[in-house]
Amino acid sequence: MLPALARLYPPERLLAQPGQLAAYESDGLTAYRARPAAVVIPATQAEVIETVRLCHQHRMPFVARGSGTSLSGGSLPIHDGLLIALNRLNRVVRLDPIQRLVVVEPGVINLDVSKAAAPHGLYYAPDPSSQQVCTIGGNIAFNSGGAHCLKYGMTSNHVLALKVVLADGEIVELGGESAESVGPDLVGLFVGSEGLFGVALEITLRLLARPEKFETVLAAYHSLAAAGEAVAQVVASGLLPGAMEIMDRLAIQAAEAAVHANYPAGTEALLIVELDGEAQQVAAEFHQLRGVIEASGAFEVHVARDAADRARIWKGRKSAFSAVGRLSPDFIVQDGVVPRSRLGAALAEIERLSARYGIRVANVFHAGDGNLHPLILFDGREPGALERAEQLAGEILTLCIRLGGSITGEHGVGMEKRDYLPRMFAETDVDAMHRLRLAMDPLLIANPGKMFPGGEAPALRHVGLHPLEKAGVIERE
Amino acid sequence: MRITSLAELQAAVRGAPRVVARGAGTKPALATPPDGVLVLDLRGLSGVLEYEPGEFTFSALAGTRVSEVESLLAENGQYLPFDPLLVERGATLGGTLAAGLSGPGRYRFGGLRDFILAVRYIDGEGALVRGGGKVVKNAAGFDLPKLMVGSLGQFGVLYELTFKVFPRPDAHVTVRAVLPTLAEALAGLLRVYAAPLDVDALDLWPAPDGSGCELWVRLGGPETVLPARAERMTALIGAGETMSGPGEAEAWRALCELAWVPDGWGLVKTPLAPGRLLALNRELPPEALRRYCAGGNLAWIALPDPRALDSTLTALSLAGLIVLGAPGRPRMGVHPGVPFEQRIKAALDPHRKFPDFNPVA
Ligand SMILES: Cc1cc2nc3c(=O)[nH]c(=O)nc-3n(C[C@H](O)[C@H](O)[C@H](O)COP(=O)(O)OP(=O)(O)OC[C@H]3O[C@@H](n4cnc5c(N)ncnc54)[C@H](O)[C@@H]3O)c2cc1C
Repeated sequence: MLPALARLYPPERLLAQPGQLAAYESDGLTAYRARPAAVVIPATQAEVIETVRLCHQHRMPFVARGSGTSLSGGSLPIHDGLLIALNRLNRVVRLDPIQRLVVVEPGVINLDVSKAAAPHGLYYAPDPSSQQVCTIGGNIAFNSGGAHCLKYGMTSNHVLALKVVLADGEIVELGGESAESVGPDLVGLFVGSEGLFGVALEITLRLLARPEKFETVLAAYHSLAAAGEAVAQVVASGLLPGAMEIMDRLAIQAAEAAVHANYPAGTEALLIVELDGEAQQVAAEFHQLRGVIEASGAFEVHVARDAADRARIWKGRKSAFSAVGRLSPDFIVQDGVVPRSRLGAALAEIERLSARYGIRVANVFHAGDGNLHPLILFDGREPGALERAEQLAGEILTLCIRLGGSITGEHGVGMEKRDYLPRMFAETDVDAMHRLRLAMDPLLIANPGKMFPGGEAPALRHVGLHPLEKAGVIERE
Repeated sequence: MRITSLAELQAAVRGAPRVVARGAGTKPALATPPDGVLVLDLRGLSGVLEYEPGEFTFSALAGTRVSEVESLLAENGQYLPFDPLLVERGATLGGTLAAGLSGPGRYRFGGLRDFILAVRYIDGEGALVRGGGKVVKNAAGFDLPKLMVGSLGQFGVLYELTFKVFPRPDAHVTVRAVLPTLAEALAGLLRVYAAPLDVDALDLWPAPDGSGCELWVRLGGPETVLPARAERMTALIGAGETMSGPGEAEAWRALCELAWVPDGWGLVKTPLAPGRLLALNRELPPEALRRYCAGGNLAWIALPDPRALDSTLTALSLAGLIVLGAPGRPRMGVHPGVPFEQRIKAALDPHRKFPDFNPVA
């Protein structure tokens, strides 16, 4: 197949030398790595289509890749397969401020969508912490979330239309310019399909008018349980905040070390609650929120004074993952979801597990929607440390299933959690999903080995920092 | 055939060559099969199974009336923000999801697709299949719940549904402005569309005789600030009076019951974008009544013979669904996703046990 690719791509966009491939061997889950046969860097949609058709013809497994920030091993290459790096497909095709929509190619960076929309007073709502690096293609594949999901929904709630090349080379158009549709929600099925159906070539996204007013409240507590209880009270009060986030002591320490967010000293748990919307409305809601927070036992409450202060508060929160790197050479991020009322129980159990394993676990999470992000800290140079960390991670996933939640809220199943899919779903459920997959990819060449259990897993091996980070190609801020 | 348990449902699906599910039958155009197809009456599969207000979720059987759910939610200050249709006529949750019908409230926070979290359905072999999760956020596995929205029962019989809910605003008001032409009303709509204001519903209602057009803007939130917000909205539009109290609620309720559609007329749902609105409006037959909903993202068109719209929609590259009207082929116009949809149909219903509403078959 390489000669056929060589006819399609100039040498600088067809990488096959070991030195060139190294940067692509891992994604954000650096514990896994695999070397592809080659990496192609298409510059046009036509090249992607041609490449997928060649793969189909040669039964060559392929993985589409955006920025490789997947935390579940979703963009891990297939050993000796083809990696299709989509970063050059980064055009904003059309921005229609009147209809509040934008058409982009998959390699466009999440934050760049909001930047393009900003002159029109619009923005793209889903805001994963990785938004300065991750691509819309990756967001589509995982139905990525962010801090503002509770009120505004995940990626899927903001996708209007898709143009896709399916794994067998057929091009399909799903959805349209309208927020409404008739017939089954095909866009809804594609979003979250983890690269198993084919490659998204063009994506129409819905834009929102930037809220007129924000009120961002930071409340410091002496215990994680108290912060969790405050979230329950906010919910019970009938408010619908744009975001509700909690960080525990370890996560705060990390964020402080990394970005000096100036969070109150001596805090065991920090709650960030943000209201957004029309000025008069937010003012009324803010009054109500203050009452709830003041009665919730916070020992210090800080309200963002201005846009810069708000940005500082969020910077600490959004940098928490990478900041944890300062506390520990290695870590695994988990992404389980529990019913909100079980948050306290889940956190207490994670604390017990952490003590039992003798492994530190930092917690930052989307408290508003029960989406945990335990960061399991370990030192990969210690023999067996990664395996023990993975075992602890597995116990947390099992806990989430037991509490009636999910194994993933936004990072996807990928390579990492594929053995847990059949624990969350019955055989008939997985079978229906598998039939859908076969319908789009009869040869099973699109991102094989992900989401579904089985298949050959590449050797589990620790490799430290993301190779692209080492190379200075991407960074996490 | 009246179904009252999961076991009966599974047996019925296994035992018949072709079946169609029916809830309350409020949308006969979508639930009346040809002769020889077994109708499964799901009204006996009714009841809310789980509801914890603090979770913002509930689960209920597919035959549960939406009205039952709405009263339960209202007792706890919550609601389904997308304004389900035909609630008083008895619409069920399953029928609402399968028909894919959201009302005016879908403008602010999204439609059915944005609130469905999990489904359990019976596939063509009679097996119970689950997709999604009973928590407000979940990314595990393919999103089967979304696929069921608007699927018209063609992939399976819905058995249980889990929805996300939101806290209900304290109160609502509506600014109603009467403008001389549709074009002027649309210009007003676009100003509201672009403004950083929290609008729950945004509808256009052209007068049947073409004499003008009403712009309806619904605002919800803390009661204390609603008058000031309404004033600001009126200034933005440049016209309008404020409706509030029971009359305001009743006006929207009547809309959701489709009370404006004359008896015996058909009703077509057409997804739209505000930029296409005038072009569609121009091509509609003069007698057609129309309501443009969700900021120009949705047209409801009432006319005596809904099928007559097919060629108009096709010419404009729009799609339509006959919601009220004679049974038959309810999907009209252009549906670009059909090749993808056919793959799904073949995968999930290989024996073609469920109705095929494919527009091009
Ligand atoms: C520091 C950090 C913070 C993060 N914070 C968040 C967060 O807050 N919320 C969140 O949800 N995630 C978060 N993530 C995870 C990650 O950023 C998201 O999953 C993101 O969507 C991945 O985008 P990417 O461009 O890096 O995709 P990649 O990792 O390159 O790919 C991800 C998946 O998408 C598929 N894919 C990529 N492009 C396409 C395409 N065009 N068509 C079809 N499939 C495609 C790949 O095959 C792969 O399966 C974080 C990651 C890091 C490292």
